[in-house]
Amino acid sequence: MNNLQELSNQLANYEFKGHQFSCLTIEGDYKVLRVEVSELEEMPIFLTITETQILCISYLFNKDEIFEAKQAELNQYLLELNVPMPLSAFAVIDDYYAIFGALSCGSTLDSVSDELVTLAANSIDSLQALEEFIK
Amino acid sequence: MNIVTKLLTAIRGSAREIGEAVVDTQSLRIFEQEIHDSKQNLEEAKSGLTEVIAKKMAIERRLESSKSEISENEGYVVKALEKEDEALALEVAEKIAGLEAKVEEQIVELDSYVRNTEILKTQIKEAEKIIAEHERELAMVKTRESVQSATKSVTQTVTANDSAIGSARESLERIKKKQQNEQDKLEAGIQLRKDMEGDDLEQKLKASGIKKEKHSAEEVLARLKKK
Repeated sequence: MNNLQELSNQLANYEFKGHQFSCLTIEGDYKVLRVEVSELEEMPIFLTITETQILCISYLFNKDEIFEAKQAELNQYLLELNVPMPLSAFAVIDDYYAIFGALSCGSTLDSVSDELVTLAANSIDSLQALEEFIK
Repeated sequence: MNIVTKLLTAIRGSAREIGEAVVDTQSLRIFEQEIHDSKQNLEEAKSGLTEVIAKKMAIERRLESSKSEISENEGYVVKALEKEDEALALEVAEKIAGLEAKVEEQIVELDSYVRNTEILKTQIKEAEKIIAEHERELAMVKTRESVQSATKSVTQTVTANDSAIGSARESLERIKKKQQNEQDKLEAGIQLRKDMEGDDLEQKLKASGIKKEKHSAEEVLARLKKK
């Protein structure tokens, strides 16, 4: 699985545990695939394929969107949540809090689909779990 | 400084200008070249080691044969002395002396080969360790670089296009609304089933005559007759 276009085509015709994928390729330095998982559309996933891995990122919120006074508590909370959360982990990218998962380039379509569905579900769950921190 | 520390330093250093690559392509290429050269040196060292070992074995064989030649000639000296041929014994003894000098030289040579073998083996091990470490370092730098470019592309996508990602609060409200809708639908479904089940029961009761129709022809007739 090392071609983004091919992955996009395959995902478009694939179904995983009742979820379908709607993909949009975005051109740039690195091609990015924006994936919406059916029933979990609120949190789109951005997927890139690098030399070493398939990287899936979902953006939770900008630092500006959280209560400044609660930021330390939020960071502590996210670190504690990281391990129990299946397949995904929290990260900070620029000014964004994100949730991400990385897969080997040798992953099957099934593994990638599992990752996408799990990540979208985790992203929605996280946003709800973190509501008290959001302005 | 170990790799992780170096990497963390690199991350901290570049965090301010996240777009900038950790290591520019030029130094990356130089690093790759260094690894390539080290590998070539390692191959040379390995073939050097094979050569030294071969030489060591050859000298060991020569040493053995010199030693057996000495003991053979010692036998001749004893026999010459038995025959009281001093001149012959002396001649053979001279040959032995020469052989002994040769053995000493060979032992010195062998020693140096043994030492060389050890040194080469240590150097090879060391070089292999360094190369593996450098390759790991390179892989990490490359991964970091590509991840950085990839996340940069994603962030650009996200920030350049307002519709790509809404505010967290908006997303939350949408999620809640959808969940409420689903909950409503679920409850409506349950209610509908209850109603239908209730209807079903009513029909049965009416059919059995336990429950009478509210507006039956019989009732109307009975009511009119009373008038």
